[in-house]
Amino acid sequence: MTPDSATALKKLGHECVIEAGAGLRAGFLDEAYAAAGVEVVADAKALFAAADVIAKVRPPSDAEVAMLRPDQTLISFFYPGSNEELMKKAADTGATVIAMDMVPRISRAQKMDALSSMANIAGYRAVIEAGNNFGRFFTGQVTAAGKVPPAKVLIVGAGVAGLAAIGTSTSLGAITYAFDVRPEVAEQIESMGAEFVYLDFTEAQTDGAATGGYAAPSSPEFREAQLKKFRELAPDIDIVITTALIPNRPAPVLWTKDMVELMKPGSVIIDLAAERGGNCELTKPDEKIVSDNGVTIVGYTDFPSRMATQSSTLYATNIRHMMTDLTPEKDGVINHNMEDDVIRGATITHEKAVTFPPPPPKIQAIAAQKPKEKAKELTPEERKAAEIAAFKAQTKSQVTLLAVGTIVMLLIGIYAPASFMSHFIVFALACFVGFQVIWSVSHSLHTPLMAVTNAISGIVILGALLQVGSGNWLVVILSFISVLIASINIVGGFLVTRRMLAMFQKS
Amino acid sequence: MFSIGVTSAAYIAASVLFILSLGGLSNQESAKRAVWYGIVGMAIAVIATVFGPGVYNVFLILIAVAAGAFAGYYVAGKVQMTEMPQLVAALHSFVGLAAVFIGLNADMMLSTVMDMKASGVEEHAAHLTGFGEKLWHKDAVEIAILKVEVFLGIFIGAVTFTGSVIAFGKLAGKVDGKPKQLPGGHILNAAALAACVVLGLMYMSGSGIWTMVLVTLIAGFIGWHLIMGIGGADMPVVVSMLNSYSGWAAAAIGFTLGNDLLIVTGALVGSSGAILSYIMCKAMNRKFINVILGGFGGTTGPAADIEGEMIAIEADGVAGALNDADSVIIVPGYGMAVAQAQQAVSELTKKLRARGKDVRFAIHPVAGRLPGHMNVLLAEAKVPYDIVLEMDEINDDFPSTDVVIVIGSNDIVNPAAQDDPNSPIAGMPVLEVWKAKQVFVSKRGQGTGYSGIENPLFFKENTRMFYGDAKASLDKLLPMID
Repeated sequence: MTPDSATALKKLGHECVIEAGAGLRAGFLDEAYAAAGVEVVADAKALFAAADVIAKVRPPSDAEVAMLRPDQTLISFFYPGSNEELMKKAADTGATVIAMDMVPRISRAQKMDALSSMANIAGYRAVIEAGNNFGRFFTGQVTAAGKVPPAKVLIVGAGVAGLAAIGTSTSLGAITYAFDVRPEVAEQIESMGAEFVYLDFTEAQTDGAATGGYAAPSSPEFREAQLKKFRELAPDIDIVITTALIPNRPAPVLWTKDMVELMKPGSVIIDLAAERGGNCELTKPDEKIVSDNGVTIVGYTDFPSRMATQSSTLYATNIRHMMTDLTPEKDGVINHNMEDDVIRGATITHEKAVTFPPPPPKIQAIAAQKPKEKAKELTPEERKAAEIAAFKAQTKSQVTLLAVGTIVMLLIGIYAPASFMSHFIVFALACFVGFQVIWSVSHSLHTPLMAVTNAISGIVILGALLQVGSGNWLVVILSFISVLIASINIVGGFLVTRRMLAMFQKS
Repeated sequence: MFSIGVTSAAYIAASVLFILSLGGLSNQESAKRAVWYGIVGMAIAVIATVFGPGVYNVFLILIAVAAGAFAGYYVAGKVQMTEMPQLVAALHSFVGLAAVFIGLNADMMLSTVMDMKASGVEEHAAHLTGFGEKLWHKDAVEIAILKVEVFLGIFIGAVTFTGSVIAFGKLAGKVDGKPKQLPGGHILNAAALAACVVLGLMYMSGSGIWTMVLVTLIAGFIGWHLIMGIGGADMPVVVSMLNSYSGWAAAAIGFTLGNDLLIVTGALVGSSGAILSYIMCKAMNRKFINVILGGFGGTTGPAADIEGEMIAIEADGVAGALNDADSVIIVPGYGMAVAQAQQAVSELTKKLRARGKDVRFAIHPVAGRLPGHMNVLLAEAKVPYDIVLEMDEINDDFPSTDVVIVIGSNDIVNPAAQDDPNSPIAGMPVLEVWKAKQVFVSKRGQGTGYSGIENPLFFKENTRMFYGDAKASLDKLLPMID
């Protein structure tokens, strides 16, 4: 909770309580919380006694679980897959536990997806950490003191963390390459300004969408092709950031010992998968080591904590969104709706029962990837042939049109008297001129065009003028009215056009 | 008094000036000169006719012209720019009505002249008007052709008249904008058309003027029924089509009277309207005939489901994003016109530009209720025209844009047109706003657009809904921009 999110929570009708000193390391003082109307209590025990909903970051300790009451809700990271015993204990207390790491990956739930928030921070921090350990500029420069080549960064795995790293790295000016086993993310990678590393390998890829947007293990042949490509790249790359994880498995080894040996001294490897064993063979979790050939390998597992203020802010917002969904009426009353996909998915204990793993969500996480049709590259000959064909088709249609037109004219000419034909020629030519002229009218002037054509179609006034002198009184009256309304048209049309055109101004 | 030769020369000059006047609309600067060509051309034509041979009752003419000119002056000065569509429709109806009257007159004069000829009156004793004189010299075939022309003039004129009146009513909100048809629908129209043709044939075989009066009434019914069946957002096509009809009516009258200037002008206006209709239909990816027959075609399958939810945002959030953005594109639609928000939009543009941000406008061809409607509204609010761009000019720039603000448009920014082959608007060219980094949609409520289809744009991750009346929302937003 941050002072900001506390204010938002109060709008939902909740009262907020915080343990003294909880925000200190993230730069939020107790005084700031008090000023936002948050009650500051002395310790965790008092907090567990006072609150109905408890939000924390790390999984609860055994002592904390013991403090849970029935009807209390605990929101935190939990990793239920590897903490089954703790989960059972929590269920026995009758409290509801919501695991932030179990929020399903559907677009509606993104606002409370704490894993993505943290991955984003980790990706950013990884680049900064790399820069800290790398002895050169990221961006290439030509200075009075000589030319500096840009750093080359390879990012393996383009999940949330990978993309964040790509964004940070490109904005620092490095030449960034990125790789992912899911070919459909190539577009995202390129949109962030990095170059996608393509493999010369054809295999029916598993659709990323089928696995909830995560990568699936790849075949041994694919892995070989991938490693071969990396080996090719290794001597050129200055910084490698690996983020490849497969759900519920140890991290795949993608950066082997021999690749580290191929790299230049002074290069840096940041292994974001260190917690699950690391993507690099040499990674030691929670440590920074330097290999024999001078390559720094960073295996920290606490990147989000290294940016405490940012992580707290994002996590507090994730929690706040979760609370918003839990209190749909905004009246401060928790409504734990087990029918809701997101809440159901994240809840691991409810009413004394363990509710993990959740049933599959009712709506598909991601639309199935449509097979992409690649636009066929035309050879110059083919293109030329296509152009000629188009030209021929155009000629054909024009000639046909002209021929049909001529025949129609001839037919009319055979039967109609000469006086009619002379007018008809004028008419046909005027239509033709009209078509030629109007196509060049600018789109933005279509309204003035209508107004001006309106005005000039007031030309029917001529017809009335020629009739108004008739001896028949009915004709006189009708043509009088016609002259009148045609004049409205002419004057009104021209004036309004002028008014409109005068408004168009250049900046 | 001018001789026939002088009058003809004047007509040639007027024709050339009219063509130049339309051609000059190819850009904003030459357009300002072009409108003067039109005015001069019209003045030459009218003066040459009034003082030409065979025109009497000049006093009556002066009264009518003065009264009409005053009315036109008054209306043109008073009309709001948001009311332009109504005004254009109203003016079309005048042309239609005048064409009907002139057609009826032509028939009456024809019978008078024929009577005189039959009773053996000498030509010089008959006091003929210019038109009467022409009638005097017509032979049997020419009179038959004349009758066809009279029929066409009256028919097209009457359809234009009632159609424009209904279009005016719909655009002004005086008639409900929803498509409505009498039971029987288009069969009724077809029957009415057949009746008109039969009456026309009877007229040619000499059944007298009552057939033409009946044609006027039935054609009027067709115009009314046709336009009643077409919905609000198809109005750009309807108005351009009526524009075209008014031209063809004038051309038909020109044939009747044997007046080349009328024929030329009518043909120019007619083809102009036809091209506009074509452009509008193309912009909606619909066949002209479908628009005219009303309603959207049936969907070919279930629409794709939409995931996600609409996320609302308040003015401070929008202001924050705008303050951080470097490039902004604003997409206005009919909603902006309804809320009269163009001034507020212009203020916003000025403020953002003053802070060095790149602000541009993207205009879809069918945005609004009249071709080019949005351009005129923005021009009225003093938005410089060189930052107002067409769809084709700007569509590729969306991916590199920070913020897009959609104000009161819906279907023209609907990604379903590209993604969902089952959507009723599939294939319609749309503005690809969703490719921008962030999209704000200013909209009154959660409802669907004119076509009644959901807009997946509103559910996209990078879209935020800025609910409320467009003008009120923007006024709230303005002070927060810094």
